[in-house]
Formats: sequence, structure tokens, C-alpha cells
Amino acid sequence: MVGKRSVGDYAFDIVNVLFLTAASFLFLFPVWYVAVSSLSSPAAVASGDVTLWPKGFTWQAYELVLKDSRIWEAYANTLFYVGAGTLLNLIMTTLGAYPLSRRQLLGGSAIMAMIVFTMFFSGGLIPSYLNIRDLGLYNTRWVLIVPAAVSAFNLIVLRTFFQTIPESLIESAKIDGAQDIRVLWSVVLPLSKPGLAVMLLFYAVAHWNSWFSAMVYLQDRSLYPLQLVLREILIHAQTSELTANVPQQDVTQVSATIRYATIMIATLPILLLYPFLQKHFVKGVMIGALKE
Amino acid sequence: MNSVAGEKQADRSFFRIWKQVRTNRYLYLMLIPVVGYFLIFNYKPMYGAIIAFKDFNPYAGINGSDWVGLKHFRQFFESFYFGRLLRNTILLSVYSLAVIFPASIILALLLNEVRNKWFKSVVQTLSYLPYFISLIVICGMIVNFSGPDGMVSKLLVSLGVIDAPVDFLSLSSWYRTIHVGSSLWQYVGWNSIIYLAALSGISPSLYEAAVMDGANRWRQLIHITLPGIKNTIVILLILNIGSLMDSNWEKILLLYSPSTYETADVISTYVYRRGVQEANYSFSAAIGLFNSIINFSLLVAANFWSRRLTSNSLW
Repeated sequence: MVGKRSVGDYAFDIVNVLFLTAASFLFLFPVWYVAVSSLSSPAAVASGDVTLWPKGFTWQAYELVLKDSRIWEAYANTLFYVGAGTLLNLIMTTLGAYPLSRRQLLGGSAIMAMIVFTMFFSGGLIPSYLNIRDLGLYNTRWVLIVPAAVSAFNLIVLRTFFQTIPESLIESAKIDGAQDIRVLWSVVLPLSKPGLAVMLLFYAVAHWNSWFSAMVYLQDRSLYPLQLVLREILIHAQTSELTANVPQQDVTQVSATIRYATIMIATLPILLLYPFLQKHFVKGVMIGALKE
Repeated sequence: MNSVAGEKQADRSFFRIWKQVRTNRYLYLMLIPVVGYFLIFNYKPMYGAIIAFKDFNPYAGINGSDWVGLKHFRQFFESFYFGRLLRNTILLSVYSLAVIFPASIILALLLNEVRNKWFKSVVQTLSYLPYFISLIVICGMIVNFSGPDGMVSKLLVSLGVIDAPVDFLSLSSWYRTIHVGSSLWQYVGWNSIIYLAALSGISPSLYEAAVMDGANRWRQLIHITLPGIKNTIVILLILNIGSLMDSNWEKILLLYSPSTYETADVISTYVYRRGVQEANYSFSAAIGLFNSIINFSLLVAANFWSRRLTSNSLW
């Protein structure tokens, strides 16, 4: 922006920066508060002494949580759901997005319309629930993977990405005698790494965060993903297994810091990866926005 | 004569289509699993929704169960819950929309006015952060913060706003505030990304010209910036209206309790309780179908009016 700046401009800039600084503090503070509370002594947290820095620093809460086998088993399950689920997602989304990005595909727009329609209308929870039971997926590991194999939104994002690949590249590969499968593998996919990275992130985070299907369709505790165990500890406050060796009068206080430590343990992987992933996500949202 | 020519043409175009399909056969092969997926996991449940008009009997299956017409719908409309569920569903969504939608635009506009790149990117990074925390963890934080020994009570007691600690989540009068407030925190930064993208697409020459004409920043906002992102705003508004009946119900499911059903229970959570927990399949399917149809109708209506008034539309 050019031109002279008036007093009003300066005043606006100052107010704007102050406002955004305050907003940033609000975005960060709850997470920060959880972090410092998880490292403070239970008594200090209970009396409200903890605000910006840990008081009575201790790892006790983390030790108690990490001793719990529920968390570890659920962590392992989640890694499986994220890994296997995301792999299937990438294969299926590519298989859908590539043909639908080719203009010469007859009936492609009708199939596209059929897919987009599912974003806005569904049979509802109960018919889906009965469908999944009929298919024999109930209480199996597959129930968190197969019914989530493709997201219509992500398919649109990847299709938009494929459409930006110059037609001439694909044409020339075809003239050299390559079939579509070969074109996809040797020309399109190598050029689409950023798009695939975005898909990988979107899907992996969706699997990591998913809990509702697991709650409805899983009965065996040994199949539970991390989020369901977190729900028991954080929302239903079932911390008694964790505080078995804690003196009775301290249980209430300790279970609060345990919940904070659990939040940190469940969120740290995301928080640590976040700076590296953020720009890819933003890119994905922008590609998605192009074709909404 | 005419019909023979017509047949010949049909023949030829059929041949052409066949040739097209043959040359692209691998593309069609690739599509089979994806189309199959949508048929099995999306369209089959749409067909399954006809149990809303039947008395579903698990042994007889969907097709073998008896038709009962609109019985379940009538039962729902006449029940005590109908008014409360409809009110809660709409109010939670409308409040969220009224708060979060403009806030996201305002945040994007304010970020857009920041000249210092470093400061801007720090604020953006922090504003997206809550979006990456899982819903369960967010709700866990809400439960901890808003409980009687949570930080909110402590803060308000020390400021003298309230006399004694309060368990905010157990009070139905607080549910909407907690729900909308926490969603604002979680989504406002993330939602602003799309507007920032739209803002960065506005040509700088427009601003230069406006400055030449003596427009101050307020004038630039009114005459260049807002018109520049108008299309984005309209499209997102249509999409939001199209999911008005969803009201972020997974979050409600995590946070509500019988003591807050008064303000927190929405159609989707009721469907879950009656259907999945109590196995009233047909009755819940009817309520769910009612919800889906209203949602879809709202989307179509919003799209229609938008095309009329602003020439923007989804299709």
C-alpha cells in the first residue's frame, strides 16, 4: 500500500496490533494453562495458584498416566487406524480424483454430481448404523477404516489439483503409448506430491481425531482408539485406575493434574508437528476454496 | 425414412460412445471402487431411510417390514420433545453462525491490515492452533475449566463476580454460551484462512487507484476490500445455512447431561439416544430424515435466493 499515512491510520494500526496481540494470548492461554498445570503440584493447581508458570514442579502426573496400559494400547490402536486408514484413503481418493479430472471421461460430471450430493444429503445416522451392522463391520477394526475410505470434500480437492497438471504432459505420455494407469503413476502422481501431502494430512488428522464411529461401532475395549480412552478420562473423569496408589485424601487433586497431563500426552504429537504441517493445511483449504 | 435416419444416427452415436468408453476403459475401471463406495456407504443408507415409513423389524429386514406411513413423524411432531429439540437445534446453530461467521471475516480483515509480516504470521499461527486439537481434548478442557474447581470459577470468584464456585456445565442457562464461545475459540482462526486467500487475490492496483482518488482506509474497505471478498462470503454463508440443523452435535454429545437437556439437546443427539442407545430404529430414522430434509431444503433455498440476489450459487 502506498500514499501518506494520516494520524487516523497510525491510531488504527496501534489498536489493531493491540487487539490481535490480545486475541493471540486468548488462543494460546488455555493450552498453556493446561501445560503448566500438568507440571505443577496437585495442591497448587487445586488452590488456584497456578496461572502462567508451574508451581511446585513435578512429573508425578505424567508418571501416573504413562504407567497406565489403557493409554498405550489405545495409542497403538490409533496408530494402526491412522496408518492403514490413511493409506486406503490415499489410494481410493486418487482412484476417484484422477479419472474425474479427465475431461474426456463421458458421464464424469454425472458421477461427480452423485458424489457431491452426498456432502449435502444423507440417509441419517440410523440407516447408516443398520447398514454397517448388515455389512458385518460391527465391532471389527475395519469399521473405522472402510466406511471412511473416501471423503467427498477431499476428492474434490485432489481432483482440482490434478486438473492443474498441463494437459500436454498427459497427451505426450499417451502418444508414447502409455495407458491411463501408467500416466497416473509415472506422470500425474510425481507432479502431485504437494496435493497428496495435503490429502495425507487431512485424512491422518481426521482419523486421529475420530471418536464417534468408534463409540457407536466398537464394543471390545481392546479395539478402542485413543480418543475414546481420552473421553473416559477427561470427560467422564474415570481416573480411579490411575490413582490407585495415591493417598485417599489427595485423589481429587491428583486426578485434576492427571487430566491435564493426559491432555498434553494426547496433544503433544500434534503440537510438535503443527509448525511443519500448518502451511500444507492452509494450502489444502485454499485449493478446496477454489472449487466450492 | 426419417426413423431410419434417426436409427442410423443413434447407431453412430452409440458407436462413438462405445469407442470413447473403450479408449478410457482404465479410467472407468479405476472409478469402480470409488463409485461402489459411495453406493454402499452413502446411497444404500439413503434407501434404508425408508424404514422411517415402516415399523422396522430386524428379522424381516428393511424390505420385509410393514409400512406404517407417517406414524413415526406424527409421533415425533406431537411429542413433548419436538418443540424443544427444534428450538435448541436452530438456536445453537444460529447463535454460532451469528458469532463465528462475522468474527472470522473481521479477523481476516484485521490480519490483512497488518503490515509487519512476522507479526501477522505469528498471530495467524496461534489463531489456527485450537483447530488442531481434537474435539475430545477441547471438551475435556471445557469440562475442567468450567467445573466448580476450574479456572473460570476461580477467576470469577477472585474478581468478585460470583460468590461461590459454580459448575457451569450443569446449568442449562450456560450451555449455549459455553458451546458458542468454545467454538469461536476453536474455529475463528481456521475459518479466516479462506477470507485471507480471497483478500490476497484482490489486485493491489485497485488500492493504488483508490489512494490516488483520496480514499482513506475505511473507504478502501467499503469500496474495494468487501466487494473483493463478497463472493467468498456468500458461498460460505450458503454452505453454513445448508448445515444449520447440524449444530455441531458431536460436541453436544460430549458436553451435555440430563441437567442441560433443556438447552443442549438437539435433534441429532436425540436421534442418537433413541436410535443407537434405545434401538428405536424407525422412530429415530424418521427424526433423522426430517433433519436431513430440512437441512437440504435450507441449502437449496439459500442457493436459490443467492443466485437471485447476488448471482452467486453452488451449482
